[in-house]
Formats: sequence, structure tokens, C-alpha cells
Amino acid sequence: MAQVLVVVEHGGGQVKKVTLEMLTLARRLGEPAAVVLGGPGAAAELVDTLATYGATTVYTAEHSDLEEYLVAPKAAVLAELVGQVQPAAVLIGATQEGKEIAARLAVKLDNGLLSDISDLAADGTATQEIFAGSTIVTSKVTKGLPLATVRPNSLTPEPVESAAAPTVTAVEVTVDDSAKLAKVTERVVEARSARPELTEASVVVSGGRGVGSAENFKLVEELADLLGGAVGASRAATDSGFYPHQYQVGQTGKTVSPQLYIALGISGAIQHRAGMQTSKTIVAVNKDGEAPIFDLADFGVVGDLFKVVPQAIEELRKRK
Amino acid sequence: MYAHLNGGSSDAMNIVVLVKQVPDSGAERRLQDTDHTVDRASGTNLINEMDDYAIEEALRLQEAQGGEVTVLTMGPEQATESIRKALSMGPDKAVHICDDALAGSCALATSKVLAAALRTLSPDLVLCGAESTDGRVQAMPHMLAERLGMAALTGARKLVVENGTATIERQTEDGYEVVTASLPAVVSVWDTINEPRYPSFKGIMAAKKKPVTVLSLADLGIEPSEVGAAGATSAVLAHQLRPARTAGQKIVDEGDGGVKLVEFLASEKFV
Ligand SMILES: Cc1cc2nc3c(=O)[nH]c(=O)nc-3n(C[C@H](O)[C@H](O)[C@H](O)COP(=O)(O)OP(=O)(O)OC[C@H]3O[C@@H](n4cnc5c(N)ncnc54)[C@H](O)[C@@H]3O)c2cc1C
Ligand SMILES: Nc1ncnc2c1ncn2[C@@H]1O[C@H](COP(=O)(O)O)[C@@H](O)[C@H]1O
Repeated sequence: MAQVLVVVEHGGGQVKKVTLEMLTLARRLGEPAAVVLGGPGAAAELVDTLATYGATTVYTAEHSDLEEYLVAPKAAVLAELVGQVQPAAVLIGATQEGKEIAARLAVKLDNGLLSDISDLAADGTATQEIFAGSTIVTSKVTKGLPLATVRPNSLTPEPVESAAAPTVTAVEVTVDDSAKLAKVTERVVEARSARPELTEASVVVSGGRGVGSAENFKLVEELADLLGGAVGASRAATDSGFYPHQYQVGQTGKTVSPQLYIALGISGAIQHRAGMQTSKTIVAVNKDGEAPIFDLADFGVVGDLFKVVPQAIEELRKRK
Repeated sequence: MYAHLNGGSSDAMNIVVLVKQVPDSGAERRLQDTDHTVDRASGTNLINEMDDYAIEEALRLQEAQGGEVTVLTMGPEQATESIRKALSMGPDKAVHICDDALAGSCALATSKVLAAALRTLSPDLVLCGAESTDGRVQAMPHMLAERLGMAALTGARKLVVENGTATIERQTEDGYEVVTASLPAVVSVWDTINEPRYPSFKGIMAAKKKPVTVLSLADLGIEPSEVGAAGATSAVLAHQLRPARTAGQKIVDEGDGGVKLVEFLASEKFV
């Protein structure tokens, strides 16, 4: 059976969930083979997890150039590997970096590219959700092999029943100067919250313009913490400086699909819905009974969030 | 080093801004039933929002350093409207790649066409939006950089160009990173980078007289079979509308809204 290359998304020595989702998808098309692209020593701590989710081979491409320059070296290594392995398909996470690697790979291989897919069938037919999730499309690459970026949180990762120790193959990395044009000179890690990652969380509590200030966002955080959730925000809230931009949910922000999404003081514009409407259960608190967010809420409270939320927090504490 | 350009300091640049016309993302958008391509006839078409930020950034660089700003669009005839709108913000001229054979082009083909046009313009800096609201592929800057052998600095929330070097700051999952490259380079911008200006009345009047060069595929030496539906490297097989979510229970807070909310969460086993 031909291999399906899955480009591993990793950070802080851990495999990101989207990778496990891709390994789960890959099994439908062939033998999953994970590709770790990173600095020296990046792969060692990832191999076990990758095997648990079905990787029978792990290709490790480790070189400081892969970290020091933006994506072009990674795309070059990957193109080389595709040439050697002749895989049945290539799957890459639909993250900022993943999309960029995929774009370059498509040009290098002169191969069609399917972006942001949410499902993939054994015959390479992909599902995409477009126009703020309002239209569902099935599509296929018609030139070259199935090459796709996979939207995080699109399916539930499944471990394999009996994972065998994978074959670990080191890939030789020689990066041409032409791929070393964009140099990363600084990486700044800002205070990282202890909350679950927004796109992976099973509960997301988001605040909008109605929350009113950065200070008031503490209320949103408090509710999120009581439910073990992540905090999100509408664009009106991030643009107003109430909450950092990386927590924006929606068309130009993150797409989330948690079990529970709570929208506080958010009107529910199309661009916001684009990022949250596939959530399993949606709860909304808004003082305007006509707000469009109520059209998709499973449970809506028409009321002042500064009364409703503190009371809910108190009630949750009582029940703990 | 950019002596071939008129006016300004030695940092004066030839800047090309990529502008795409897209259907309004705030309204209902659809694909045509016949060929699954974007229906551009029924709704309002606008400049892709992030491209406004690219135009603004180009104008700020021009104001500070001199040089020239050219708008480049690949799109159908009606994209002219967006091109004039872009010019009304301040750029000097525009190039519009317009050819019937381009309908239904995939990202790969679009990048081939835009790259060919960029080669004729020999820019020092290519500015574009980080992503388009209809495609959302974030592919164009890297596809173009790959084809042109330039660096791509993507998702900038801050851009500085000095001594032939572009440096950006961009948001990451847990902070930000600083990335730098020598010119020429492609830089894509996020909507956090600036606040785009509104066209002035004077700008709107001036835009009507600014030169817009229309290029066909033949002008760029590209065969019609390489692009459009004929040369597409991926195909949409089918599309359907997502069934609308149905609204559930809605209560009006009468002093017990918070408790009711928690009761609902408990009934759904979230607490
Ligand atoms: C190209 C483009 C991309 C975009 N991308 C995104 C995106 O990614 N994400 C996104 O969110 N938006 C996005 N937007 C913006 C979007 O159109 C809306 O403007 C935005 O979502 C509005 O945010 P909001 O609901 O917080 O604010 P508003 O629409 O102002 O709504 C605030 C709500 O709070 C309620 N409220 C006020 N006070 C209280 C109170 N005390 N108690 C209870 N309720 C209260 C009000 O009734 C109102 O419904 C985008 C727009 C464009 C053009
Ligand atoms: N047809 C086009 N004409 C001009 N610019 C484009 C075109 N398509 C994409 N772009 C540019 O590339 C950016 C990223 O688009 P995308 O890769 O489609 O998400 C956009 O914000 C535009 O600046």
C-alpha cells in the first residue's frame, strides 16, 4: 500500500491535535507516514504519539535551517521527499504555516491544492465548507496527487488498536540558498495562559463588544475557567482592544467547533458565525432579543450579561 | 539603489499592491449551480477587505519614501469598479489582467498569471492581503514568491522597509515573531497593521483619470489552456447549502437567567 504523507504540526515537544486527525484520515487512503520537519532533535519526543495514531513510518527532517527560515526550506524538503516516496496523498494542517508550506509545494510539484478540507474519502474526494460555512463542497485534485490542507477540529482522532513501533527514517536536509530568503530573527513568547488551546477546547466562552472593556473580560474568563474552557472574542472585541487578536473567532480569526460555545454580548454577524456555527451546542446571552445569534442558539438568554453571567458563575460555584 | 524610479529618497520603491475583487462576505454568497463557480452577478462585489490594508501600507511607504504604487488585479471586467475604488485611495496606476479564458482559474493558475504580470512590472515590493474572504487559502503570497524566487513575509501586523530590507512582525499562537528579507519581496498584511483611509472626493475624481492598463493572456504569453476551467488543477464535483441551524429555547431574564443558564448546562451534562 502506498504511503500517505502527513506533515506533523508540533510545538513545545508535543504533537498538535490536527496531526492526529490527519493520521486518522490518512488511514483511509493508504499507509500513514508522518513527516517531522523541525530543528535538531525535534522528532524524538513525538514518535510514540504518532505511532499510537497509526503512523507506521516517521520521516525525520531535522536541521536548524528549518527553524531559522520561513517555510520555504520545509517545502523544499517535502517536495524532495514526495519525489522519493511517491505517496498516495499529502496532508498538511490548515494552520498559517501549513497553508504556506502547501502553497509552495503545489507550485514546486505543479500539483492541484485543496485548502481547508474537513473530510477526505478513500478515493481522494474532499469536503470543504466555504462562504462562512454556508455551502458544503466536494472537490478533487485533477492534476497530480491529492494534496490538501486539513482544517483543525474537523474530526475525532482515533488511536489504532495495536500500534507497532514505526520505522524511523532520517531524511537528509540540504537547504539551497534560494530557500533561505526570509529569516526569522526573533521569536517572542508572550504570557501563555493555562487554558486549553482555543481551536482544541471542548468548551469556548466568547465575549463581544457587549462586554464593554478589557477589565470586564475577567467575567468571560471566570466563566470559561469554571467550565474548563478556552476564551474567545469577536472582532469588535479584539479591535477595541478588549482581548488579544489571537483569540478572535470568525472568518478572519479562528474556526472553533467545541461541544459547547457560549457567546456573551455578541450579535452574531455572518463573519463571526463563520468561525463557530458548527459548535455542537450554542448558548447566547444578549440584551437584544432580535440579535441574530439567537437564530442559532440552542439556549438563549435575553438579558444583561452583567446580571446573568455573575449569577451563573455563583450558581456554578454552588454546584461544585 | 532604486535610481530608476522617479523622485523621493534612495529608498523610493516601485510597489505593486495585489487587489482582488470578492463577493461581500457580510451578505449571503453562493456558487452557481451550473459550474460551481462563484456567483458574482447576484450580490455586491467589493475589494477583498485585507487588500485595503495592503493599499494603505503601500501609500504610507510612498508618503515616507517616495516611489510609485501600482494596483494589480486579475479578474473579470466588472473588477474595474474595484480597481477605480482602489485608485481613489491614492495609488498612481493599475494593471488589470482580464481575459474570458481566466474564468474558473484555480489558485495555482492564478499565481502563474499574477507572477507573469509581476515580472513585467519588476517591483521592489509586492504587497497583498494575507487572505481572501472568498478563497481563504492564504496561498497567493507564497505561490508568487516561489514562482518569482522572492522571499515571502506573511501575515504582517507591522512592516518596516529600510536600506533594501523588509522586516515584519507577525502574530503567532503564543506571541509574535520578527522576520526579515532583502528586497524584492512579497509581504502580506493582516488587518491589524493599520487603519485604511477612506477615499476623499478629490481622490475619487483623480482616480477616474489614472491609467489602467488592461492585459490579456496573450499579452503575458500564457496559453488559455493553462488557466481557467480548462487548466484547473482541482475541480468542484458538487455543492449544497448547509442545512440552517434551528433556534432552540429562548428565555427572557427575569432575575433568574443565570440560574436557568446553568440548569440548561447541567441538563446537557456540561456541569
Ligand atoms: C471581512 C470581514 C471579516 C470579519 N471577520 C470577523 C471575525 O473573524 N470575527 C468576528 O467576530 N467578526 C468579524 N467581522 C466583523 C463582523 O462583521 C461584526 O462586526 C462583529 O462580529 C461584531 O462583533 P460583536 O458581535 O461583538 O459586536 P456588535 O455587533 O456590536 O454586537 C454587540 C452585541 O452585544 C449586545 N450587548 C451590548 N451590551 C450588552 C449587555 N450588557 N448584555 C448583553 N448583551 C449586550 C448587543 O445587543 C449586541 O448584539 C468581520 C468583518 C468583515 C467585513
Ligand atoms: N485574482 C487576484 N488578483 C489580484 N490579487 C489577488 C488575486 N487573488 C489573490 N490575490 C491577492 O492575494 C491575497 C491572498 O489571497 P488568497 O491566497 O486567495 O487567500 C489577496 O488578499 C490578494 O491581495
